Formats: sequence, structure tokens, C-alpha cells
Amino acid sequence: MTAKQANQVAIVGAAETNEVGKLPGVSAIQLHAEAARNTLADCGLTPADVDGVAAAGISPIEVAHYLGVTPIWIDNTAIGGCSFLVHVRHAAAAIASGKARTVLITHGQSGRSRVGQPSMPASPQSIQGQFEAPYGVLGPPTAFTIPVLRYMKEYGLTHEQLAYVAVAQRKWAQRNPRAMMRDPITVDDVFASRVIAYPFHLLECCLVTDGGGALVVVSAERARDFPKRPVYVLGTGEACESPIVSQMEDVTTSKAFRLSSREAFAEAGIGPADVDHLMVYDAFAHLPLYGLEDLGFVGRGEAGAFVAEGNTEPGGRLPMNTSGGGLSYTHTGMYGMFAIQESVRQLRGEAAAQVEGVEVGFVQGVGGMFMAAGSLVLSNAS
Amino acid sequence: MSSKPVPKPTPETQPFWDGCSAGELRIQRCKPCDAAYFYPRPFCPRCGSDEVEWFRASGRARLYSYVINHRPGPGFDEDAPYAIAVVELEEGPRMMTNIVGVENTPENLVLDMPLQVTFERRDEMAVPVFQPAVEGGTR
Repeated sequence: MTAKQANQVAIVGAAETNEVGKLPGVSAIQLHAEAARNTLADCGLTPADVDGVAAAGISPIEVAHYLGVTPIWIDNTAIGGCSFLVHVRHAAAAIASGKARTVLITHGQSGRSRVGQPSMPASPQSIQGQFEAPYGVLGPPTAFTIPVLRYMKEYGLTHEQLAYVAVAQRKWAQRNPRAMMRDPITVDDVFASRVIAYPFHLLECCLVTDGGGALVVVSAERARDFPKRPVYVLGTGEACESPIVSQMEDVTTSKAFRLSSREAFAEAGIGPADVDHLMVYDAFAHLPLYGLEDLGFVGRGEAGAFVAEGNTEPGGRLPMNTSGGGLSYTHTGMYGMFAIQESVRQLRGEAAAQVEGVEVGFVQGVGGMFMAAGSLVLSNAS
Repeated sequence: MSSKPVPKPTPETQPFWDGCSAGELRIQRCKPCDAAYFYPRPFCPRCGSDEVEWFRASGRARLYSYVINHRPGPGFDEDAPYAIAVVELEEGPRMMTNIVGVENTPENLVLDMPLQVTFERRDEMAVPVFQPAVEGGTR
């Protein structure tokens, strides 16, 4: 590895809530807390050992107080589902500069049951309220999806190839007992599911679930003092583009994906060919395709065929979204934490659908609807 | 009365919405860049100049991308399924809109088809929507 070891950090604690899925008996703040407490147990720490707290969705002040932590470093970066990847990046900088020693990053969201879940109504004076809401937008299925017809026209992606993204990921979910959707599906099954927003069918849209996850990040120097195999953070990136999908520079590619992944690869001193395992935030079936292209794993317009040829499914040369992803595993709303969790499990060798010989993982997160991005290069070797 | 969402102007966007109420698509142009931009801001998002001016756009556009939404948003129950589209104005900027004057089906809505602006009342406001352009004319 060529990474700058002096300033390196590692994920030494990682865990999810006891269950993910339908959890009407647990509030959003308790999902944060359950994930945090499981994570502290995972690395043998107590709340008193934590001096930095990062959270999104619910304020880190609320999370810290609920847990009994008094942090002297706080990060409330809340830029959608990639927030937790960006928290890792910010934690790495804070630890490297001595501003924190032990950072706890939490996610908890009652996305399905809506128990104690803060809502975020857009003001009719906001940019979204003035320039998108009047046209009948109703959440991500009606806006995040708009780019794909233009992509299909420009690059020849077929409806079958788009549907196959969901099929490939279900093959991973079949191997994961915690996945919400585990029955095998075909392209015809995808087409037979109801249309949500043409050209997207239900099975090309993510699940809506309850759950949480948390991480503990410390300096690489301290990483070996913890019970689990450390997962080193070799490179990180973050970027944002536009607050509304209609103002993307080019809807066939995510500028934020390109910028954040380039930064992470450069910091790690590696390229796509060095990656053994890939997680790309999959709120909808087109996102892994954008990720494969914008991160540089395949050329422009090649991702649909790459997935349809089986390259990302079990036995393929680039295992991707091996938990089943947001389409089949779980998707609380801000899914990025679960992408990190699966990458950590793969690098520790404890994933349900474990891939052999994983040394380098790449995690790509999206925030909002192509609004922002976060990227992590993780490895079990420092 | 419509129960569809009604945009609420800010001081900076008021001229755009005043234009819509007057049946004109008024957007802004940066003088040094000689380029139009959207959404409204009192400076150019490309070069930062505040030498900008409002002008009346032609209203001509092409269909850039869309979805046909089957789960109606507030006030859109009678419209579903309806297209939520992004159009590219002749002057360059893109904006979200709805497509009117044609049944919203994949067969009818062909990317890059020419469109013309029209306006839909929302309470005291009007929002720009687009309809298929009449061959050879600007209406």
C-alpha cells in the first residue's frame, strides 16, 4: 500500500442494529443508540471513551446526550445518504490533527415505521419548493429517476439491462439471511412488478426500512489494540453538485461521483483495477451503473452490459453490493451507513456472502438525488 | 382552486414569477458571459459577475428527460400518470416542468421533441409548463 500511513485512521468498531427491516417498536433515536452501543461493544469501548460524535438525520447533540457522551468534537454534516462516508473523512482529518481521538459515527432511521422520525418539509420558498415541487414531485422515486431516459437515449442502455441490476443484487441477497428480499427474481419479474415512475418498476426501486449502524474510528497507530481486525481508511472523497436534479450539468453522469471518487483513489494511491469489492449506493437500479462508469470501473455506456454479463454478481470479477444493497437488503432512507458496514464485514472476513481474498474495498455514497457524494477506499492492510 | 403545490417567490425570484403571471418566461442573462442561466440569482453562477439582466425567453424548448409518475404528488391525483420532465430551453438552461396538451405516454413523449411554454394557474400564481410545439410556428 502506498497510503500515507502517518496520518492514517482505521475503523475498529462497526455494527448495525440488532435487526433491520420493519421495527415499529423502536424510535429513530433508539436506532442510533442501539447501533452505537452494539458498535462500542464490538470494539470493547464504553461511552466514556468517545470524544467525537458525528450523526445525520438526528443532531449529534441529541445522539451524544442520549448515549451519555460529552464530545469535544462534533460533526453534523447532513448531506443525505452519503453523510456517514463524509463523517469518516472528516473524522480522519480530525484525528490526524489531534482534534479527536475516538470518533463515533451513528445512523438510525425509522424510515418505514416513522417512529420518532424527524420530517423535513420543504419550504415553498426553497429552491426545490419553487422550481421542482410545483410539478408533482413526490420523493426520490419521482426525481432521482428522471436522468435515466436521457442516459438510455445517449448510451443505448436497455430496459432489460436496467432491470438486471435488481436481478444481480438479489443473487447476493439470497445469501444474506438479514436481507429483507431474498427470493430469486428474473428480468420478467421486474417487468411484472408495478410501474412506480416509468421507466422504473417497483423492483428497480429501493426498499423502505427501519434500522441503524455505527462506526468507531481511531488512529491507525491505536488500531491493533482493538479486538477485531482493523479496517484502514486509505482514501476519502466528498463533493456536491446541485440541490435539484434538473440543474445537474449532465444527467448521464454524476459530477459529484466523479470528483469524490477521484479524490479517494488519488489519496489511496490506487485505481479501480486494485479494488476487490465494491459498494455503490443503490437507491434505484441506475445508480450502480452510474457508479461503475463515474468511478472508472468501466467506460461510458458500458455499465449496463457489464452487469448483465454477470461481472458484479456472485462469481463475477467485481463483486458489487454483496449484501443485496438498498434494492434487496435494507434501505432506511440514508443508506450509506449500510454500504460501509458491508465493506467492513467483507474486509474483516465476516460477511454473510463472503468474497474470497478481499483486501481493498471501495464504497461510493450518494447524497440526495445526485446532489452530493462521498467515497471511501478501505483495506484490511495498512 | 388547485391543491397542487404553489411556489412562493423570494425577492430574488420575484421577477421570474411575475413573468409567469404575465404569460412570459423571464429568465436572466449574464452580460459578460452573454449566456442565459436559471434558476434566478442576482449574479452569474458561471463567472460571478453581477452584470446580469432579465429578458423574455423564446419559450421554445426540447424534451431533455422525464419520468411518468404513477404515484401522484399532492394535488395531482387526477393527472396520474403524469410526466415530471426536464426541458432544455432554446437559450440553454434547463428546468423541471410538466408536459400538457398531449397524453403523457412513452410513445407520445419522445426525447428531444420540440416544446413551447404555456402557463398553468396556481392560486394567485402561474407556473410554466410545456406543450408540444406546433410545426413551423411559435404559437
